Amino acid sequence: MKKVFIALVPLSVFIGLIVLLYVNLNNHSEVLPSPLIGKKIPQFEHPTLYSNQVLNQDDFIGQPWMLNVFGSWCPSCQFEHPLVTALANSGKIKVVGLNWKDEPEDAIKWLKRWGNPYHEILVDYQGDTAINLGVYGAPETFLIDAQGTIVYKIAGVLTEKNIQQELMPLIEQMNQGATNP
Amino acid sequence: MNVFKIIIFIMMVMMSIKSHAIDVYEFDNVQQEELYQQLTKELRCLVCQNQNLADSDAGLAKDLKDQVAAFVKAGQDAETIKTYMIDRYGDFVNYDPPMNASTLFLWFSPLLVFLIGGIILFINIRKRQHG
Repeated sequence: MKKVFIALVPLSVFIGLIVLLYVNLNNHSEVLPSPLIGKKIPQFEHPTLYSNQVLNQDDFIGQPWMLNVFGSWCPSCQFEHPLVTALANSGKIKVVGLNWKDEPEDAIKWLKRWGNPYHEILVDYQGDTAINLGVYGAPETFLIDAQGTIVYKIAGVLTEKNIQQELMPLIEQMNQGATNP
Repeated sequence: MNVFKIIIFIMMVMMSIKSHAIDVYEFDNVQQEELYQQLTKELRCLVCQNQNLADSDAGLAKDLKDQVAAFVKAGQDAETIKTYMIDRYGDFVNYDPPMNASTLFLWFSPLLVFLIGGIILFINIRKRQHG
C-alpha cells in the first residue's frame, strides 16, 4: 500500500504541474497592472498633430476622456483602429490620441489612410509622457475622468469584448457623474 | 561530413561574437557608471519581460536607459531612480521585488519547500532509528 502511494507521487506532481500550466495558459501575466490607476494623470505638454496648439493635462479637465496611445509603426494599432473610430463616433467619450515616438509625416500618412477619429492628437515624439504613463507597448488605452484621474487602463488592443465589458460600464458611470455631480 | 564541420565552425564563430549593446553614456566618475550598470541590471525591460534593461535592445529599453543615465548624471541615488520606475511601471519592473502581500509567497516559498523537506527527512530518520 505504501509502495503504491510512493509510486503515485511523481504522477501526482506531474498532474499538478499540468493543471498549473493549463490554468496559467489563459492568464496573461505579461499584462501588467498599472500603479497609476486612481492617480492623477502625469503632467505633460505636447504639440498637437493638426491643430497647431500646445496642450497640457489641464486642458482636458472638465470632461471624461480616453487617451489612446498609437503609432504608425504599430500594426496592432491599425488592427484596433476601427474600434477606436466607432467609440469616438458614438460620442460617448472624447477620444484623444497620443502619437508615440512617431514621425509626424508618417502619422499623418497613416491617419489619412485609416481615418482620424481623434478629437486631438498629442505628439509625444521623445516618448516622455509614455514613460510617465508607464506605457510599455502600443496600443494602450487610458480612461481619465473629468477631474484628471486615471480610472482604467488597457494594455494591448481594444476588442469588442473589453470595450463592452470593461470600458463601457466605466464610461457610462463617468458620464452620469458628469451630468449630476 | 565536411558540411557538418563547416556548420560547426560557423556556429562557433557566431558564438564568439558577443552581441553586447555598447552603452554610449559618458559619466562624470566611476561611481556614476557603476550605479548606472547596477540599476540597468536590476530593472526589467517591459517589452522583453525576461531581460533586464542592460541586455535589451528594445526601443523602450533604450528610452528607459536614457532616463536612468540622465538621473544618474543629475546625481540621483539608486532609491530615487527605482522609485521613479516603480511608480510608473509597478513592482514588476524591479528584479529585486519588495516584500508585500502579493509577493509574500514568492519570498517564503523556498523556506516552505525547505521546511517540507526537513519534515520528510526528520520522519524518515525517526523511522529508521525505530526500525
